[in-house]
Amino acid sequence: MDRLIYTAMTGANAAANRQAVLSNNLANVSTNGFRAQLATYRAVPLRGEGATTRVFALEASAGHSTKPGPAMRTDRALDAMALGDAWFSVQGLDGNEAYTRNGHFEVNAEGVLTTGNGLQVLSSDGSAITVPAGADVSISPDGNISAKIGNQPANSVGRLKLVVPTAEDPLKRGDDGLFRALSGDPLNTEDTARVHPGMLEGSNVNAIEAMVGMIQTARQFEAQMRLMQTAESNDRAAGQLLSLQG
Amino acid sequence: MINSLWISKTGMEAQQMQLDVISNNLANVSTNGFKKSHAVFEDLMYQNLRQVGTAVNEQAVLPTGLQIGLGVRTVATSRSFSQGNLQQSSNNLDVAIQGNGFFQVTMSDGTVGYTRDGAFQLDNQGRLVTSGGLPVLNGITVPANATSLAIAQNGEVTVQVPGNTAPQPVGTITLASFINPAGLEPKGQNLYAESVASGQPNAGNAGENGLGGLMQGFVETSNVNVVQELVTMIQTQRAYEMNSKAIQTSDQMLQKLGQL
Repeated sequence: MDRLIYTAMTGANAAANRQAVLSNNLANVSTNGFRAQLATYRAVPLRGEGATTRVFALEASAGHSTKPGPAMRTDRALDAMALGDAWFSVQGLDGNEAYTRNGHFEVNAEGVLTTGNGLQVLSSDGSAITVPAGADVSISPDGNISAKIGNQPANSVGRLKLVVPTAEDPLKRGDDGLFRALSGDPLNTEDTARVHPGMLEGSNVNAIEAMVGMIQTARQFEAQMRLMQTAESNDRAAGQLLSLQG
Repeated sequence: MINSLWISKTGMEAQQMQLDVISNNLANVSTNGFKKSHAVFEDLMYQNLRQVGTAVNEQAVLPTGLQIGLGVRTVATSRSFSQGNLQQSSNNLDVAIQGNGFFQVTMSDGTVGYTRDGAFQLDNQGRLVTSGGLPVLNGITVPANATSLAIAQNGEVTVQVPGNTAPQPVGTITLASFINPAGLEPKGQNLYAESVASGQPNAGNAGENGLGGLMQGFVETSNVNVVQELVTMIQTQRAYEMNSKAIQTSDQMLQKLGQL
């Protein structure tokens, strides 16, 4: 059979993978602090004698969109939205420092500040943040967490570790959905980073872009199907030619 | 067969869950002491189909890999214990907590239940009970001949009985707070029970140790913000539609494949 059909196959495969990436973005359209996945097609030319006309297509995910998501006012004391390019630090399940934009925090039974799924939130000195019982907790714009019991003056119980990734050491998404520095080393605390208390950052998925991308991908997939049909009819015509001679 | 079908399915499920939570909040918009909750989502794990940085040849490495997320899941429904509005009522058995804390009641199985609903009643023995008939912890019994009842800000209950000029104390309403109230287990009937996640209760008198003060003649209404719920509902519906559209598109692609 014509090798065209294999080239079309890589195109169809890439389109199906693109569809998966777009679906994942759409599925997370209301996940707080979610960063949209970016997708690109990559051309892979086939090397070798007589094969240079063939270029395969591969789908690749080129990191994440760094655009800020929409801000939602919740007025909840333990909600915070990181401003600019700042990220919250949490302790991942692998024990390493990981970063998230989801500022929806909770206090667990031991009084430790955690994320919604129970990961410890790290303070600027790398330790956990513990809140005393019966305290009103508030987060200040510089990430300082203060606890106030009754009419006593508020006490600072720690400061959120806010980091800003640099161009030399960007963040990369791990398999668990948390981000880590590309170098693997923990990033330094950024003193100038600010948060917005009582707000939550939504998902930065652009729904319009994802829907349009989906239509385009579906059409592209159809085009590949068309090419496969063409390959098949070419093959049939060639077969008929041979049978005539016989 | 095709990843995107299942990924979009997780998205639809999550939005469905969000709508369930919103409906429950809206249904309880006029329930005394009700605390709203909301669904918290997180992205599922990622599949690394092609690792970034793999060597293509001796000189070059791949600048981009292929990482496909597998969708979304609801990680929790988080309850917000913010203060509800205080509404004045003409009933002197209505008490609202202004600040932290829960009323403690004895549940039918003998354990302690916690509630923010302070619309109390008296039962046939003169005991102070919730609207569901559960007595307040430590029992407060009002004598049958009492002419008036006062509940102080610190929870002390006094009654006026004929032939006695000084008010007679009949008990104290104590409160309990939790380090993580969001971890309390909701029992229905406006009640919560202690759980591993909530931590131990810290009981005490109202107005002390971070516990709120009591306000007689007020009830705490639900803290549901209707506008917020309706806006979230619109957003949820549209997100649901978009995910179903993604399923349709994937289906069309599969159809084309089947027609080959």
